[in-house]
Amino acid sequence: MKTIQDFAVSRRGFFALTASGIGAAALSSRASAAGTVETSARIVVIGAGAAGTALSNRLAQRLSGATITVVDPRREHLYQPGLSLVAAGLRPADYVVSRTADWLDRNVALVEEAAAAIDPVAKVVTTAGGKTLPYDFLVLAPGLVLDYGAIEGFSPEMVGRDGIGALYGGPDHAARTWQAASKFAGEGGVGLFTRPATEMKCAGAPLKHTFLIEDIASRGIGRGKFEMHYVAPQPVLFSVPIVSEKVRMLFSERGIATHHGMTLAAIDAGRKIATFTKAEKGGTSRVEMPYDYLHVIPPQRAPEVIRQSGLSWTDKWTDQGWAAVDQKTLRHVAYPEIFALGDVAGVPKGKTAASVKWQVPMVEDHLVASIQGREGSLVYDGYTSCPLITRVGRAMLVEFDYHNNLVPSFPGLIAPLEELWISWLMKEVVLKATYNAMLRGKA
Amino acid sequence: MQEMTLETMIAVLEEIFGTGLFWSMVAAAALVTAAYLYVLVRDRAMSMRKFLFAQLSMPFGAVAAVLFVLQVTHSSLADIGGPVDAALLLGVAVAGAIGTAILVYTAQSLVRRP
Repeated sequence: MKTIQDFAVSRRGFFALTASGIGAAALSSRASAAGTVETSARIVVIGAGAAGTALSNRLAQRLSGATITVVDPRREHLYQPGLSLVAAGLRPADYVVSRTADWLDRNVALVEEAAAAIDPVAKVVTTAGGKTLPYDFLVLAPGLVLDYGAIEGFSPEMVGRDGIGALYGGPDHAARTWQAASKFAGEGGVGLFTRPATEMKCAGAPLKHTFLIEDIASRGIGRGKFEMHYVAPQPVLFSVPIVSEKVRMLFSERGIATHHGMTLAAIDAGRKIATFTKAEKGGTSRVEMPYDYLHVIPPQRAPEVIRQSGLSWTDKWTDQGWAAVDQKTLRHVAYPEIFALGDVAGVPKGKTAASVKWQVPMVEDHLVASIQGREGSLVYDGYTSCPLITRVGRAMLVEFDYHNNLVPSFPGLIAPLEELWISWLMKEVVLKATYNAMLRGKA
Repeated sequence: MQEMTLETMIAVLEEIFGTGLFWSMVAAAALVTAAYLYVLVRDRAMSMRKFLFAQLSMPFGAVAAVLFVLQVTHSSLADIGGPVDAALLLGVAVAGAIGTAILVYTAQSLVRRP
């Protein structure tokens, strides 16, 4: 991602900063903009999450005369990296909630409706309320949907009761997950921690929750009074082999049993039995496991509007529907005026806020270049970061790319595979601040 | 971290403490520093007696800073996992010690002229 142009942009930013005086530059979000580009382009952004908001604000700072419209029905903006902390009782539910409208630049129009249809040929987005939004450029950043219905006997209302947790559904679900998890940490029993077979946002989250609840239970009721089982369909604990091995060692140290090739299929909440389908040679079998605490992560898929508009991959992830984009530019393979960012992008890695931080300037570069009739030069190489919490107070700052290489931001200083207090501070203190700065288009 | 400019750093610090608190803290730090320089220029000398008190207060400042940071970050001394953690903790302690020393020296000088 470090290219000549990258350097040029930051150098310009630096000169702008110096020229306008440090104090003034700090207060003005436009001081370090790469320059105002005149255009009458109509840009529609579907989704006001981390990616949609950050990109819209950067475009508003960069472009003059453009019509930027963000389409999102949800009034609350969710700081999703905080959900793991809420689900471990380390932060209140409102820690992750803010107002969508408060983040957007005043030159960005917000349509508080869901996108109902996309016609990529006519270049029009239709909202649930019947508004039609023609576009010259379209950015898909709607996030993903949690497929609760795929697990038999499970519905979102069950979260927090009968020992069931599921932290992905939002602040309320994360808080209710903590109710169930804290009961387990205080009373002991058998804890099952699952992961879906689909692609998922923040693949570190299932591990973090497992580590945190084990740590809290060890400090609470004490070792020997509870059992921990991590149950997942994947043959490894993490997609990056070197990280997977490290987690395997930590799980073994902490007494967390691992079961591979097992996908959560059904829950009997009354009897507290979880049923898994187990992959075996020549077929599958069903395995029942009793639990006192069960952490559920439902399968994750692209929203219906993406899947029905013909923008998904047709030869991979066909059950999930992620947008068919080039993995280096996130540009749609069939429609060059369409980009996909964040969760919905059909790329091997990158469903985290840290990935979005790297994806947004790259898409901005290519989109603005298209407006100017030239080619963009930045490339996204799959950067993803995961402050993998292993205890309350410790984490591993794992950063990697498409090639499963570790790409540490602070080589020689913060070791990626060591459990460090400083990495915990990154997650607990620095991350939200960086995230908010990113939303404003400043980082 | 992609680009760490001064602007990003300030944005990050504003988000950690809140814009109001961050700039109040900067203002308070600037004020104490200015007052410290003022008493130095005014008195044309360091008072060793006041400096002794300031030095005696340093360990308390160091411990208080460490306890404060551990408290607000849900951490304990057991979480120190590597050299970088120890260095960071030491940095917090040193900052607390020096800050307290300057504060104590300045306060004494402002209250009692030499």
